[in-house]
Amino acid sequence: MSEHVPDDLHYTRTHEWVRDLANGQVEIGITDHAQEALGDLVFVEVPEAGREVKAGEACAVVESVKAASDVYSPVSGRVAARNDDLVQKPELLNSDPYGAGWLLRVECGAAPAHGAFLTAAEYAQYVKEAG
Amino acid sequence: MGLKTPLYDIHVSSGAKIIDFGGWDMPLSYGSQLEEHRAVRRDSGIFDVSHMCAIDLAGPRVREFLRRLLANDVAKLTVPGAALYSCMLLPSGGVIDDLIVYFLTENWFLLVVNAGTRRKDLEWLAEHAAPFGVPVRERTDLAILAVQGPLAREKTASLLSAAHRETALGIARFSGAAIDTWFLARTGYTGEDGFEVILPAEEAPAIWRALVALGVKPAGLGARDTLRLEAGMNLYGNDMDENHHPLESGLAWTVAFGAGERDFIGRAALLRARTQGCEQLVGLVLEERGVLRDHQPVFAEAQAQGAGIQVGEITSGTFSPTLNRAIALARVRSGLGARAFVDIRGRRHAARVVKPPFVRNGKALIEL
Repeated sequence: MSEHVPDDLHYTRTHEWVRDLANGQVEIGITDHAQEALGDLVFVEVPEAGREVKAGEACAVVESVKAASDVYSPVSGRVAARNDDLVQKPELLNSDPYGAGWLLRVECGAAPAHGAFLTAAEYAQYVKEAG
Repeated sequence: MGLKTPLYDIHVSSGAKIIDFGGWDMPLSYGSQLEEHRAVRRDSGIFDVSHMCAIDLAGPRVREFLRRLLANDVAKLTVPGAALYSCMLLPSGGVIDDLIVYFLTENWFLLVVNAGTRRKDLEWLAEHAAPFGVPVRERTDLAILAVQGPLAREKTASLLSAAHRETALGIARFSGAAIDTWFLARTGYTGEDGFEVILPAEEAPAIWRALVALGVKPAGLGARDTLRLEAGMNLYGNDMDENHHPLESGLAWTVAFGAGERDFIGRAALLRARTQGCEQLVGLVLEERGVLRDHQPVFAEAQAQGAGIQVGEITSGTFSPTLNRAIALARVRSGLGARAFVDIRGRRHAARVVKPPFVRNGKALIEL
């Protein structure tokens, strides 16, 4: 099964993606591979705006019919917004993981440093090797 | 690499996600587990349950043997084809397995037992059948398809000749009939009407394809689990096991104590438990958002601190696609009120205590 890995995003080994919004904020979500592995998502718990998150620490929980899974924040900073559409429509994580299924936006000051994350090609390779 | 059913290649070529289940490589889902679940509630779905173990028991004393072996009483089976759900118990009352027994002829009964317990079941059966002169024969030549849903019987019967179709559609609930090379039973594990088709393994792929061509949706073990839990049906290993007897597993209705004329294995222990009182298996419906999971602790009070003593544990929890709420079976001390609190990631969430089933025949039985 070929999974979608957009070129313009950064990735983590724990299957989050990071989009640089170029205004000191980043948008965070879970990858196509992650949603595929989890199956139908039915519940999402995301921190509200204003909460502090720390890089590498669990910041959200996504639950499919099968299992609950932690989402690790790729960056440190303050939550600027969360995707409240996911409360009623957690299935957006399945249908559009890089778009309408975004989880949260974090104010982290600087743009994500090169080298801190995997590139699309590196992530695709990582998933292939792990799979 | 696990054991494979005769339909394994079809599952793989249909894009199924394969998982290990009791040593078998089985389909978890073919895409969306929720869609498979809904297809069974609204129309029809087909499950490969060939991993389950069919066992022939034969001989003139087979009924006598089963009256000793099983907590439910096969004396209730008076019409050939009739089926009975029962637990097979240890002398302690602990459940070795739950099974369905079909009465075929006075000298021939068929058991269908769980895949994960097959080996110990066969050993237990062989040991206890020997004194009755009943041979125990595992039927590895068979496949089992569960076709479930409001349209399942009609679609399955449409594959048969006109005369056989009439026989098939005339089968009473929880009963079966031999039709050509098939044994067709109106049983299942979803809370919907439907058939379980026990047939020669080599016929299974063609029948599977024919049913899928009729719009019956292939469904995997994932949907099977959410469907059975909505239907309030126990899963062996979760909701009962060798350390838990039927009376504390919501299965008192399957124990035929009788007036003492029948001494089934485990009876004395169950009589003691009945007198002393025991825990009970209840249904929970989460009142808030979230998902209930196996082994989450259950409390009587909302506060996380203070006098809150754990009163039980979830044995099977999931998200109910029909109710759009989390539901669970939980083993709790008796006398719990109408509300309980479940610890999810360190926070207590309110849940209503209900009597399962949650859903039957496509309809919610719980008011939200």
